[in-house]
Amino acid sequence: MLTDMQGYLHRHRAKWVGFAFILPWILSALWFDLIPFVTNLYLSFTDYSVSTSTPDWLGFENYREILEIDLLFTKSLGNTVYYLVLGVPIRLVVAFAIAVLLNLRIHALGTFRTIFYIPSVVPLVAVSIIFFGMFNARYGIFNQLLILLDLPPVRWLTRPEWIKPAMIIMSTWGFGAQMVIFLAGLQGIPSELYEAAEMDGGSYWHQLFRITIPMVSPVIFFNLIIGIIGGFQVFASAYVLLGPGGGPLNAGLFYVLHIYNNAFSYFRLGYAAALSVVLFLIILFFTVIMVRTSDRWVYYGDT
Amino acid sequence: MVEGLYARIAKWTFVYPLLLVSSVVMLFPLAWTFSTSLKTAATVTLREVKLIPDPVQWSNYITIFEESPLILYTQNTMYMVVTSVIGGVVICALAGYAFARIRFPAREVLFYVLLSTMMLPHVVQIIPLFVIFDRMGLVGTFWPLIIPRLLGHNAFYIFLMRQFFRGIPLELSDAARMDGCTELGIWARIIMPNSKPVLAAVGIFSIQFAWNDFLSPLIYLGPKKELWTLALGLNAQKGFEGEITSLHKMMVISVYMIIPMLLVFAFGQKYMIEGVTFSGMKG
Repeated sequence: MLTDMQGYLHRHRAKWVGFAFILPWILSALWFDLIPFVTNLYLSFTDYSVSTSTPDWLGFENYREILEIDLLFTKSLGNTVYYLVLGVPIRLVVAFAIAVLLNLRIHALGTFRTIFYIPSVVPLVAVSIIFFGMFNARYGIFNQLLILLDLPPVRWLTRPEWIKPAMIIMSTWGFGAQMVIFLAGLQGIPSELYEAAEMDGGSYWHQLFRITIPMVSPVIFFNLIIGIIGGFQVFASAYVLLGPGGGPLNAGLFYVLHIYNNAFSYFRLGYAAALSVVLFLIILFFTVIMVRTSDRWVYYGDT
Repeated sequence: MVEGLYARIAKWTFVYPLLLVSSVVMLFPLAWTFSTSLKTAATVTLREVKLIPDPVQWSNYITIFEESPLILYTQNTMYMVVTSVIGGVVICALAGYAFARIRFPAREVLFYVLLSTMMLPHVVQIIPLFVIFDRMGLVGTFWPLIIPRLLGHNAFYIFLMRQFFRGIPLELSDAARMDGCTELGIWARIIMPNSKPVLAAVGIFSIQFAWNDFLSPLIYLGPKKELWTLALGLNAQKGFEGEITSLHKMMVISVYMIIPMLLVFAFGQKYMIEGVTFSGMKG
């Protein structure tokens, strides 16, 4: 009888013990995820500037302004898409190519992996400051090297058409994290697959396209999604490299910079909230499309 | 498997040269940074390719402390780092343990909530969080940066922990439970000591994230120079003295900011790469 009672108490208490363990997370999810998400939606329908005033309800006015009036919305979205469409695949291909080379049973694998990963541990602000120096049109090392090779120097950060390529070069330097993920994926491919292919006389390229790439397609997919979601939200690197305006003619004004300027330079918090909701919908749209189409080109084994 | 002659020739004529060239390209920006940090105001604007500056001005690494309150910035950054690590390694580990091993009502539903917050882009939280903290009168203090970290507001860390804890043999915790150990006791005596890899990975990610964070400090600490972190201090250095003539100073601060992260990487490389890999495999 007593043990029954103890057992009951134990079970009953155990119920609440679980909640106690996750209580901080529940608080943080409410405070920093759920309430902000709802507040953001609400703010996006209002005009709200500083702490003293209360939000004025505007209905869809902010969204109308975004779609019909705000030229910088189109500009910043275009810049961001340009950066994504070129930058994400380039970084992915470089990361994949290096991972494939490192997976060829080479000497000093660990050393090479470390070297390629090091740029990924350099703080983003430092990366931007370093490239800011290297991109300088007059004294920067990139142009000195171009001159040395008898090539015309480039005004990387002051010509609108070169700003986004400069950003892409800078972000490609940090491909190491993706490379490490690819490398692990490659190492996980069963060697029997290659042995069977070699028996059938398949060339290296044949193996690459028929075995390697299909087998790591889930990893490619993962890196692509992370790259796109991160790319849409690029902020710190552009802010430090180019300033909040994104350089001449807003050529480097990326979407989150536009949000930041509206919220914290013009104090149009309601409008900035609406901009962020639009970006959220765009990211959601891309993610859903990619996940929906993934079964056509991502190989998930026989399960 | 025996390597064919063709494969070996391809390796030595193509693969190794390519890897070596890429390595040089990858390390070049860091070499350039270090080289530039040793230049003088006069040599930093010379139009030349010279990796060993003449003269080598080591004193840049001392004089920077007179020009920039780096010690203060480092102290401020350490608040972020310490709270991040506590939140990550203790609070997230507790939550991860509950999701992995303790049965409680609505656990599965809450776990889906956790996963969905992982998918939520940070951009939709920036403005409402600012408004909330502004209404609380906390803008211009460390609290908006510290509170989320102390509450373990990182779904990814909790997820990492849960996945790892599920791999620890049940017999270990069952034996402890027989001996009258509470869940907290099991967590502290069985789970934590057996989870060094995941704790190290989360600890390292927490340090890196706190050290590098830029947007949140910019929003909450922007006008309060005495609260700035290293990231804000380094960014501000860019605006001084007509920018390019103080390039060597920017690089000195960059080196100071990079070295701790290189040390963390050197000591935790194994766990870091496992953690990054895991995020890719299970994500």
